[in-house]
Amino acid sequence: MSGNSIIGEAAIRAGCQCYFGYPITPQNELTEYMAAHLGRRKGCSFVQAESELAAINMVYGASLVGARTMTSSSSPGISLKQEGISYLAASQLPAVIVNMSRGGPGLGSISAAQSDYFQATRGGGHGDYRTIVLAPSSGQELADFTHRAFELADKYQIPVIILGDGMLGQMMEPVEFKHEAPEKPPVRSNALRGAKGRPSRAITTFTSKPTELEEINWSLFRRYQLIQRRETTYEAFMAEDAKLMVVAFGVAARIAKGAIKNVQAEGLKVGMLRPITLWPFPSAQVTSLSNKVKQFLVFEMNMGQMIEDVQLALTGNGDVSFYGRPGGVIPTPSEVAKVISRIYYQKGLK
Amino acid sequence: MKKVYSRPKSLKRNPFHYCPGCGHSVIHRLIAEVIDEMDLQDKAIGIPPPGCSVFAHHYFDVDMAESAHGREAAVATGIKRAFPEAFVFTYQGDGDLAAIGTAETIHAANRGEKMTAIFINNAVYGMTGGQMAPTTLSSMKTTTTPYGRDVEIEGYPIKISEMLALTRGAVYIERTAVNSPANIRKTKKAIRKAFQSQLDNLGFSLVEILSPCPTNWRMEPLESWRWIDEVMAVEFPLGVIKDVTGSKDAD
Repeated sequence: MSGNSIIGEAAIRAGCQCYFGYPITPQNELTEYMAAHLGRRKGCSFVQAESELAAINMVYGASLVGARTMTSSSSPGISLKQEGISYLAASQLPAVIVNMSRGGPGLGSISAAQSDYFQATRGGGHGDYRTIVLAPSSGQELADFTHRAFELADKYQIPVIILGDGMLGQMMEPVEFKHEAPEKPPVRSNALRGAKGRPSRAITTFTSKPTELEEINWSLFRRYQLIQRRETTYEAFMAEDAKLMVVAFGVAARIAKGAIKNVQAEGLKVGMLRPITLWPFPSAQVTSLSNKVKQFLVFEMNMGQMIEDVQLALTGNGDVSFYGRPGGVIPTPSEVAKVISRIYYQKGLK
Repeated sequence: MKKVYSRPKSLKRNPFHYCPGCGHSVIHRLIAEVIDEMDLQDKAIGIPPPGCSVFAHHYFDVDMAESAHGREAAVATGIKRAFPEAFVFTYQGDGDLAAIGTAETIHAANRGEKMTAIFINNAVYGMTGGQMAPTTLSSMKTTTTPYGRDVEIEGYPIKISEMLALTRGAVYIERTAVNSPANIRKTKKAIRKAFQSQLDNLGFSLVEILSPCPTNWRMEPLESWRWIDEVMAVEFPLGVIKDVTGSKDAD
């Protein structure tokens, strides 16, 4: 299955009841998959919205009444969705938002890129908030992380972003789905479904009292701290006796793995840390790595965004190099291997 | 003694914060009365906008959820698609529904979403201090048309209800006003009819209500009532704009 279709199938199996989308390359197979497979399920709904703005606000509506709900887009469309994501975060409503990102800024290119890292990990819209950001790097992870995204969204009442890219979306890979679709889509218990047998409720984000909003900001912040403690995930690859650690996420990490295998064969001791949750970022793991390793190479398909989180975690306790290809250029493993070797020798590690 | 008038069950015991002469409190009451009479209190979800009525949840004793500016029809779509048993009404101003939310409104109407929009047309952006709205009348002075709206520069007052009537999914659209006891009664009747069309699953319904804003119009309340008749209702004629509730395919 294509990566985009994998997300669609995994979402249905996670109990996604409503999907709202708007066409944009390179994620259209996901919208089309939901049109074909979700719309006809009993009690489920697919709407092709008139815009990304409308789609994310439909997500907000469906989440209000307790449905598991999702939207997807690619970079320019995700910019439009930021309004709704901010409202979801403020209202503490769960939702899953998929960004199969492409090159930017502007209309950019339709090829895979990682230039939306800042947008995804810093909230993205207005106001003081975070979203959980999952970065898959294979077809199997697209399936697994989609399921996890719905679970996390419900558990912490928070929007969750799956940050993929055009390459993951288009790639065909075998996949094993570990869950069966529920008979009936689940309904969240605290949903707004009419004041039957209880006092009426209001879900609002506006207040005329700054101290009230300050308290909401604090309560969100405390939840974010909890998520940081509990949900930070990463993969350590050949990290045991590494002298140089590559830090890369998503499809870049997959390219880097190929490169690392090449240089390992030449006797270079190179490992990789792959953040799986981009927010919360595995800062503690980067910090503890710096006790053993002093040389880091951050590799991203952008001009250098995650590198700021790596540098923050290291606080000067390590030497960080960067290699990036922006604009939708997809580097090959041998190209990255050359960069690794060059840095390895330049830094006197051999 | 016989009780002939009391607070509707669907209105909370909170005094309205609206300006003297403002139409919001009358319209709130009418909606609450209809909700009571149609027994909708425990299945209603109201979507108020950012604007003067952002605190509508202080008044309506039904479930309510705030929307981003102009996105009410999209939020209502999400609610109805996920939970069709809900009764959903949006409460929107002219800037909200006819400027920033034009796309959401037209497409929700065109899809025939089973929802009702209560559309308050007072020809200005009220809460932000009386700027030009898409419905501001020609030559009308606002804070952003200090010399009067020049249609050559700022365009014409938009007739969004007439535009919406062209969509096949809209089944009931009426324009009323709340500037006289007779018009207030007609408004209540229109709200009732719009709500009924949603309950009958017929499609999109909307009641546009010409509503006085004496504060931003710089008028006495009584003067603002007269102005609706003499100026506003000339540009925005009152009456049923579309009604295919009798036979949905009649258009």
